Amino acid sequence: MTIDEIKIGGLGASRSRVEDNRFVRGKGNYIDDISLPGMLHMEILRSPLAHARIKSIDASAAWAIPGVRLVLTGELMASRNLAWMPTLSYDTQAVLATDKVRFQGQEVACVVADDPYIAKDACEAIIVDYEPLAAIVNPTQAMADGAPIIRDDKENQHDNVIFDWEIGDKDGTDRAFADADVVSELELHYPRSHPSPIETCGSIADFDRSTSKLTLYMTSQAPHIIRAAVAMVAELPEHMIRVVSPDLGGGFGNKVPIYPGYVVSILASILLERPVKWIEDKTGNLISTGFGRDIYLRGQLALRKDGKILGVRMHADSDHGAFFSDAQPSKFKIGLLHSAFACYDIPAAHLTARGVYTNKAPGGVAYRCSFRVTEAMFFQERMVQAAADDLGIDQAEIRRLNFVRDDDFPHRTPFGFLTDSGQYRKCLDIGLEAIGYEDFLKEKQEAKKNGRLLGIGISTMTEPLGAGNSREYDILGIKMFDSAELRVHMTGKAILRTGAKSQGQGHETTWAQIVAHELGIPAEDIVVEEGDTDTAPFGMGTYASRSTPVAGAAVSMVSRKIRAKARKIAAHLLEVSEEDIDWELGRFFVRSSPDTGVTIQECAMAAYSNVPDGMEPGLENNAYYDPPNLTWPFGCYITTVEVDPETGVWDVLKVVAVDDCGVRINPMIVEGQIMGGLAEAYAISSMQMITFDEQGNCVGSNYMDYLLPTAWETPGFELHEVVTPCPHHPIGAKGVGECATVGGPAAFVNAVLDALKDTGVRNIDMPLLPDRVYEALTEHHDVSGAPPLRTGS
Amino acid sequence: MYPPRFKYEAPDTVEQAIELLRQGQGEAKVLAGGQSLVPMMKLRFAAPEMLIDINNIPGLAYHGADPDGTYRIGALCRHVDLEKAEDLAEQQPTMAAAAPLIADPIVRTRGTLVGSVCHADPQGDWASVMSSLGGSIVAQGPNGRRSILVADFVAGPFQNVLRPDELAIEAVVPAPVGTRAGSYLKLERRVGDYATVGVAVSLEFSGNEVARAGIGLTSVGASTINAGEAAQELVGDDLNAGAIERAADLAAQASRPRTDHRGSEAYKRHIVATFVTRILSNLRLTIQEVA
Repeated sequence: MTIDEIKIGGLGASRSRVEDNRFVRGKGNYIDDISLPGMLHMEILRSPLAHARIKSIDASAAWAIPGVRLVLTGELMASRNLAWMPTLSYDTQAVLATDKVRFQGQEVACVVADDPYIAKDACEAIIVDYEPLAAIVNPTQAMADGAPIIRDDKENQHDNVIFDWEIGDKDGTDRAFADADVVSELELHYPRSHPSPIETCGSIADFDRSTSKLTLYMTSQAPHIIRAAVAMVAELPEHMIRVVSPDLGGGFGNKVPIYPGYVVSILASILLERPVKWIEDKTGNLISTGFGRDIYLRGQLALRKDGKILGVRMHADSDHGAFFSDAQPSKFKIGLLHSAFACYDIPAAHLTARGVYTNKAPGGVAYRCSFRVTEAMFFQERMVQAAADDLGIDQAEIRRLNFVRDDDFPHRTPFGFLTDSGQYRKCLDIGLEAIGYEDFLKEKQEAKKNGRLLGIGISTMTEPLGAGNSREYDILGIKMFDSAELRVHMTGKAILRTGAKSQGQGHETTWAQIVAHELGIPAEDIVVEEGDTDTAPFGMGTYASRSTPVAGAAVSMVSRKIRAKARKIAAHLLEVSEEDIDWELGRFFVRSSPDTGVTIQECAMAAYSNVPDGMEPGLENNAYYDPPNLTWPFGCYITTVEVDPETGVWDVLKVVAVDDCGVRINPMIVEGQIMGGLAEAYAISSMQMITFDEQGNCVGSNYMDYLLPTAWETPGFELHEVVTPCPHHPIGAKGVGECATVGGPAAFVNAVLDALKDTGVRNIDMPLLPDRVYEALTEHHDVSGAPPLRTGS
Repeated sequence: MYPPRFKYEAPDTVEQAIELLRQGQGEAKVLAGGQSLVPMMKLRFAAPEMLIDINNIPGLAYHGADPDGTYRIGALCRHVDLEKAEDLAEQQPTMAAAAPLIADPIVRTRGTLVGSVCHADPQGDWASVMSSLGGSIVAQGPNGRRSILVADFVAGPFQNVLRPDELAIEAVVPAPVGTRAGSYLKLERRVGDYATVGVAVSLEFSGNEVARAGIGLTSVGASTINAGEAAQELVGDDLNAGAIERAADLAAQASRPRTDHRGSEAYKRHIVATFVTRILSNLRLTIQEVA
């Protein structure tokens, strides 16, 4: 009897998410739900100024408040050699400020008290005497002659430049430009945005003096990295550290870095020998934790008259805030920005990048993207659009002309990546068909006669997901592989643990589906656990869409190891040699007598009751998976809009998304990921930004100013799929969690600019708020930069 | 949320509430819907010594018209009550247009019109709507009640003219002298965002002639703006294109916006004029259709 894979919740089953059973009942177990006996509460006092020297801190009034147990300042931290901590990008970051504050919201002191009300009151009672300094809020100011040096704590730091980095072939690119018929140029700003998980960051540090063990409950997308980092920074032995990441209310990259609050709570627990809980408030999260983007990009395309792209030049000035704490592979200073133009066949390219310090919060995390890929793809698609406009070529045609062809894989990109699969033209064609491209162009012309402004925007992307192979990808020297451990119990039920950490992605559902696919054990018979470093095998965590490409592959591989052992047991049970049996889903059978067989469940029972001589009993194993390459999903996003010429307000008419993420494990979850990504793309393009005034005050420090779109304004999405299996992934899957966030924004922006095409406007920087669109429309100039510092040109 | 320590009282009568306000000597705040006050306490922008929760006081949740057409909204009437009131579009078209645009559905379920006017946030929608209608707030103190025009009630940003021992009991829109017409338009970056610009226009027609007009502007000054001159331009005339254009210009001139992350001063003025024109042009079309 052949098992129906969909019925057992295997590959391709749109199975309901098992974790939702507890989430929709309010039974999730988040960090703030955890309460330990004798637990104290910690609150952070943050700097009101962006740049200032600390002259003195007087905490005597805070100490005097009944219920206050400990006040921690930079001075106390320094006495323990913990005033500074290393970042994930080989820089240092202040835990609590000692000499200066370098951004508004920086951690200055912490109070531990019997309850959070007392802790908050006591923070307000701390008197800090600041000597204000001039604030630097963008790269231009940072690089200006005579600019104040933000990182005067570092020896040999004589300016505000963090790095100058380049990649590609400069000479070859110069030659391509010399041969060009036309050179198109574009300059833009990808504004600072924030991953903004609904649950903020937090921790409970519980140091037990009697066992010398530290248990750290915390909101981390990568608990094993945290254990390693705490072992190195706090000089606690690694086996005496247990990091537990419970249910997470979203992460989006924000919960990868190590924040001062975690570190201070650990020290407070060690000093007080009691559990110390720190729960960040929403403003604290928005103004001090890992942001995304904030990068100024300019570039040129060398073009042949017919639209063929001959070469690319790109330059990035990236604003990293006060500490270089990007969470990204060590080898690449500006993430994977050089993945730009990977889906186009371009002979030569050269990228330069400069990173600078500013008086803004540090971070530069991969907000729902694989390390600066969002910026890369946005720039790519805006640039291609500008080239089409400059040449007077149809925007779909220029893409079709330059795409890497289906039979050209594997394809080496001009920056050195190896893409391995895709059907780019097919995706574009499906998208154009779905949006009704030709009809819309006619409708647009008709509407113009009545003074209505319609626009259509195309964006495509291929994203390097699943960092990654250990030759090229590491964080702090730790190779970016991942792992899975599978234990099959005697009744054929199983527990699977991985080193990844779900934050809403649905691992508990999809990992079980992979096991079901490999072993034929129904998905509902497999429980999935993640996030506890004492039980889960080592892994690099979940971000950059790497879980399915890496941890998911490890789940396949460990299942295959189990199957290999089960095969030996099956041979023993069937009394034939291993070579004489075959496998079908869930069952081994004698090749010559297909009706004679044993199920995987029967093999599991035998593993504990009837193993062949010389075989270890039990049915469990683990697998560490080091992927041979990244996975390369493709997406095509097409949007139509109407702009109100009187107000600059634009409405989305239709959004079409065509995603090729290879084999889909759970199509429903994949669709949810794409819709969520498109909602974020719409938000970033239309309303979202964290900006700063001249004094470095953060504008966007709460949800009244930093806008998350709701169901009211988020447009509907029409989804289509193409499946090109990944050639090296065990089940042909590619990453997908971030594709639409990466590729989506340019579709919205290109559409609005298409509606404004007659004005000659080439760029409006995001977010495309109505006032900026109206200004471009009526004054016929680009609108660039971050308001309120933005400039018309 | 961890606000500073405060005393909480929940009186059962208006008289008790007023006595508590007297005891509070200006350091007490009234809690009705709490949709502005509670977030401000959470951020520690507001730190009242005492909260007087009036939600236990019966008989304040009403809204409706007296026989003469005077419209009354009690201190505990929620935004959602107005949003869902089926007769509101006929009786109070400007209010009916504004009600579904107040904040977001969650806020509308708890927040109150009277509380919103008392809060006197220049970005609040109801104050400009009530101002355009010539509405008043009825305040009750130890010595009885008094009525204050909304245009006079709002003293500045987050300031009203209530005395420390007065409780705002209701908002009142006077009986119309003609047939009511009006609307509210709001430009916002997202549902639930404060207005970038909001415009309330309230008219009363006697035949084709405008007998009474009011224009209130949201978010374009340090407090709610009553564009009286612009409204006056419409009175005594049919709603012709010239009058509409003059009213739109005057309303834009009456606005005092500031450049911020929602838009430039010039843009906001332009939106004021555009919205006044849109509302009046639509009303003109409606009237022409009726005629």
